Amino acid sequence: MLQKLSNAMHRRPRARLGALLVAPLFWLVIAYLGALASLIVTAFFTINSFTGNIVYQFTFANFIEMFSEVAYKNVVLRTLGIALAVTVLCTLLALPMAFYISKIAKPRSQKILVALILTPLWASYLVKIYAWRSMLEPGNGVIDWLLGPIGISSPGFGGPAIIIGLTYLWLPYMILPIYAGLERLPNNLLDASGDLGARNWYTFRRVILPLLFPSLVAGSMFTFSLSLGDYITATIIGGKLQMLGNVVYQNFSINLPFAATISTIPITIMAIYLWMVRRTGALASL
Amino acid sequence: MEVQMHKKRLFSFIAGLSAAVLILAGCSSSSNSDSTATEESAASTKTAVPDVPKLESLGAGEGAVNIVAWAGYVENGSTDPKVDWVTGFEKETGCKVNVKNGATSDDMVALMKTGEYDVVSASGDASLRLIYGGDVAPVNTDLISNYPDVFENLKLQPWNSVDGVPYGVPHGRGANLLAYRTDIVNPAPTSWGAVFDANSPYKGKITAYDSPIYIADAALYLMATQPDLGIKYPYALDQAQFDASIALLNTQKPLIGEYWGDYLKHVASLKSGATVLGTTWQVNINLAKGEGTKVEGIKPTEGSTGWSDTWMISSKAKHPNCAYMWMNHIVSPEANAGVAEWFGEAPSNAKSCDLTADKNHCATFHASDDAYWNDVYYWNTPTEDCLDGRTDVKCVPYSEWVKAWSSLRNS
Repeated sequence: MLQKLSNAMHRRPRARLGALLVAPLFWLVIAYLGALASLIVTAFFTINSFTGNIVYQFTFANFIEMFSEVAYKNVVLRTLGIALAVTVLCTLLALPMAFYISKIAKPRSQKILVALILTPLWASYLVKIYAWRSMLEPGNGVIDWLLGPIGISSPGFGGPAIIIGLTYLWLPYMILPIYAGLERLPNNLLDASGDLGARNWYTFRRVILPLLFPSLVAGSMFTFSLSLGDYITATIIGGKLQMLGNVVYQNFSINLPFAATISTIPITIMAIYLWMVRRTGALASL
Repeated sequence: MEVQMHKKRLFSFIAGLSAAVLILAGCSSSSNSDSTATEESAASTKTAVPDVPKLESLGAGEGAVNIVAWAGYVENGSTDPKVDWVTGFEKETGCKVNVKNGATSDDMVALMKTGEYDVVSASGDASLRLIYGGDVAPVNTDLISNYPDVFENLKLQPWNSVDGVPYGVPHGRGANLLAYRTDIVNPAPTSWGAVFDANSPYKGKITAYDSPIYIADAALYLMATQPDLGIKYPYALDQAQFDASIALLNTQKPLIGEYWGDYLKHVASLKSGATVLGTTWQVNINLAKGEGTKVEGIKPTEGSTGWSDTWMISSKAKHPNCAYMWMNHIVSPEANAGVAEWFGEAPSNAKSCDLTADKNHCATFHASDDAYWNDVYYWNTPTEDCLDGRTDVKCVPYSEWVKAWSSLRNS
C-alpha cells in the first residue's frame, strides 16, 4: 500500500508539493485568513441595542460611528504615538547593547550576555508589568525612592509609564535581530572605513546603518505591531489612559461588531507599514 | 516583473475578500423594514419576552455547577479560611462549584451569552438584558425551599421579574459607598461633591467605577445639585439630562487617577495610596482594612446608587439541578448570613439576621430599614421608555450609555 503511494507520489511532483503544503496552507488560509475574514465581516453587522444579540444585517453604521466620534481618532493617534515612541526607544537602547555584544565582548562573554538578554522572556508578561506597577507607584515606589534624592520623581501611571513598560518588554525582540545583523557585518569593513579616514559617527551612519537596515526593520516590526495591539500594559500601568486594544477589549464581549470595526484599524495600519517596508526592499535581504 | 506579480496578488486578495463580504451580505436577512421593526420593539420594554421554559421538577445533581458571580459572593475558604459557604454545599450535594468573577455587569452579560455557565448573580443593569435576550430562564420558585423566607420587598421587582413571572432569587442588597483614606483625606467627606470638585486637593488620586452605569452616579449628584434639570430617577435620563451628566463626568476626568473594575487592584490602590477617594463597595473596605489600611466608606448625603442582585439560571444551563440547589443554598439562612457579612450587604433572607456573627449586622446594613433604601437607587437597565414613567420624552437607552462611556474613557 505504502509502496503504491510512494510510487504514485514519485510520478507526480505537483502532488508531492501539494501534500507538503496542505498543512501550512490549511493553517494560513482557513485558520488565520479565514478567522481574519470572519472578523472583518462581523464589522459590518450591528447589535440589538437592548438584548445585545447580533443583528446579521449588512450595514456601514459601525464605520460611520467610528469615524465620526472624535474620541476614537484620539485613541488611534495616541496608540500610534506610543508604538512609534516604543520603537524609537527600543532602537536607541538596542543598538549600543547589540554592538557591544557582537563586536566588543569576548566570545565567551557573548554567549552569557545573549542568555542574559533572553532571560526576562522566561518571566510572565504579567509578572513584569506588575513589577513595573510597584516601581512606578507615585510616592512610595522604587523609582521615587531611588531617584527622589536627585530630584527626579516617578512619572506615575499614564502614557510615559506605558512607553517605559512596553520598551522594557520588547527590548529583547529588538536586540536579537540587530545582534544577528551585526554578526553578519564583517569587521574588516569597519577597519577599512577607519583607514579611509571616517570618524566613528560617519562610519556608523554610512557603513553600519545601511547594512543593518533589514535587522532594524525586523526588530521594528515586533515592537511596532506588539505595541499597537497591547492593552494589558495600559490597564495595569496606564492609569486612565486607553489604547486601541482597550477599546476592542471593552467592546468585544458586549458589542462584537463594533470591536471588529475598531480592530480593522490596526490591521490596516500594519498592512500599510508592511507595504512600506516591502517597498524599501528590506524584506528581500532578511 | 516582481512588482506586477505583487500587485496581481494584492488585487486578487482584495477581490476574494470582497466576494466573501458580498456573499455574507446576501446571506444575512434581507429587507430593511424588518430590522427597523425589530429595533423599535426591542428598544421598548414592551418587547415580547422570549419563551424559555422553567424547570418543572428537581432531579439528582449533575456533579458540577458553573457560576458567574460578583467577587466575594462564592467563597470557598481560599480568600480567608473562615469564609466558606461552598465546601459544605459541595459535600452535601456533590455539585462541584466552579466560579468565574465578573468585573462589571457588561462582563456578566457577555459571559452568560456564551452558554457555558449555569447560574449568574445579576445586578439590575444586567438582569433585564439577560431576560429579554433569552439568556436566562424563569425560576420555578416552588423548587426553592428557602424562597418564602426572602424579604417580600425584594421579590417580584422590576429588575427581577416580568409580568409577575419571577426570573431569579434575590441575593441581598447594598449601596455603592464613598471610600476615603482616613489618614490622608481631611476633613472627612460627606458629599459626592468630593469626587466632582474641580479644585480638589486630591486630584489624580480619585477613582470611579469603570462601567457605563457610573453615569447614574453623576445623574444622582445632579439630582441634588441641579434640580432644574428635573432628574427624578438616575436611570431615566432624557437627552438634556444625559448630556449634563456626561458633561459632569468630563469635568471629573482630570481628577481621576484610575477607573477601577478589578476589585483587587482597587484594594491594592487604596492600600498604597494611589487612590485616596472614590466609589467603592463595602467588601473592598473590609478587605483593605484587613490589610491594615486606614479607610472608611460612607453613604453621602445625596444618597447613592446601589444594587440588589438576583441569582438567575441560564436558559442553556448544562447543570440545572445543581443550579437550583445552589440558588436554594445561597439564600439559606446560614449561607446568606455568611455572604452578607463578608461582602458587606443586607441579606435577603430574614432569618439570616439571627445568624450573623456580628449581631448588629442587619441593623448596620439596614436589612429591614426601608427608610435607608429610599435614597439608594438600585442599578437598573435604562431603556428608551423612561423608567420613571414619563411618556412625553424619550430616555437614553443603555446602548447609548455604553457609547458615551466609551467616548469619555477614550478621549
